[in-house]
Amino acid sequence: MKDFLAMGGYAPYVWGSYLVMAALLVLEMVQLRHRRRNLTRWLKRIARLAEQEETR
Amino acid sequence: MADRGIQWFRFTAPANFYDLSGRLIPWFAALTVALFAVGLYLGLVVAPPDYQQGDSYRIIYIHVPTAWMGMFLYVLMAVYAAIGLIWRIKMAEVMAKAIAPTGALFTFLALWTGALWGRPTWGVYWVWDARLTSMLILLFLYLGYMALHAAIDDRQRASSASAVLAMVGVVNVPIIYFSVQWWNTLHQGASITVTEAPTMATIMFVTLLIMTLASWMYAIAVVLARARIELLERERNARWVQERMEERP
Repeated sequence: MKDFLAMGGYAPYVWGSYLVMAALLVLEMVQLRHRRRNLTRWLKRIARLAEQEETR
Repeated sequence: MADRGIQWFRFTAPANFYDLSGRLIPWFAALTVALFAVGLYLGLVVAPPDYQQGDSYRIIYIHVPTAWMGMFLYVLMAVYAAIGLIWRIKMAEVMAKAIAPTGALFTFLALWTGALWGRPTWGVYWVWDARLTSMLILLFLYLGYMALHAAIDDRQRASSASAVLAMVGVVNVPIIYFSVQWWNTLHQGASITVTEAPTMATIMFVTLLIMTLASWMYAIAVVLARARIELLERERNARWVQERMEERP
């Protein structure tokens, strides 16, 4: 395990590549989820208001 | 007429795209996880170290796929932008805009991993050579496309102006690809071409393909997810959006 993490002395380069990629992909997904949640919350509120308007 | 055959136009209708992509995204996400799991295991554990570069060469398994994705996605974005510009197809405009951030991300990662690979291999993080510089220009093209889109309030004009930018920028993609042949560069030539057998060990080649496939699945899932959001924003007053917002409380 220690050998694996050491990457033959190239740990900063190898893990610096893999971890940054993983972090950025996760960040992109989190950002999209966040954006979607905010938008749908807002759209649902509008849809609800429109419905109330109709039934009145 | 209407009830015969497949109604192809339906697939480009926003509501149908929204529903269909919503069902497809979980599958692409599952494939992404599975392929990355296999690819990372092969690349980091199974594949032996390189006899010259030791373990630093393992960066190739993300450097090459991210560079390919950056280029592929740019061409795809430009094609959608052109279709949107010429035929005014709404879904094409949405797709072009949805591809840009993911393309920029992959291009940045190609540059980042390239720098971290260059340091132990060449002794420097960065050189102004043809391959590296043209790749940096690709990143700027993506960022320019996104900035231009964001800078124009009128949606129609924003789509048209940024579509022209995307199309003009396509000329950079063959420049990136052939840069290692046209100029003397520090960067090595292509290891994998369509016409010749790969000049690398089978395990490396297979791992590279799996990592590329994983990147594709990821890109498709994320781009579809972003396109759905763009679509909801654009069509927020449409009946189909309101119906879907009422369905799930």
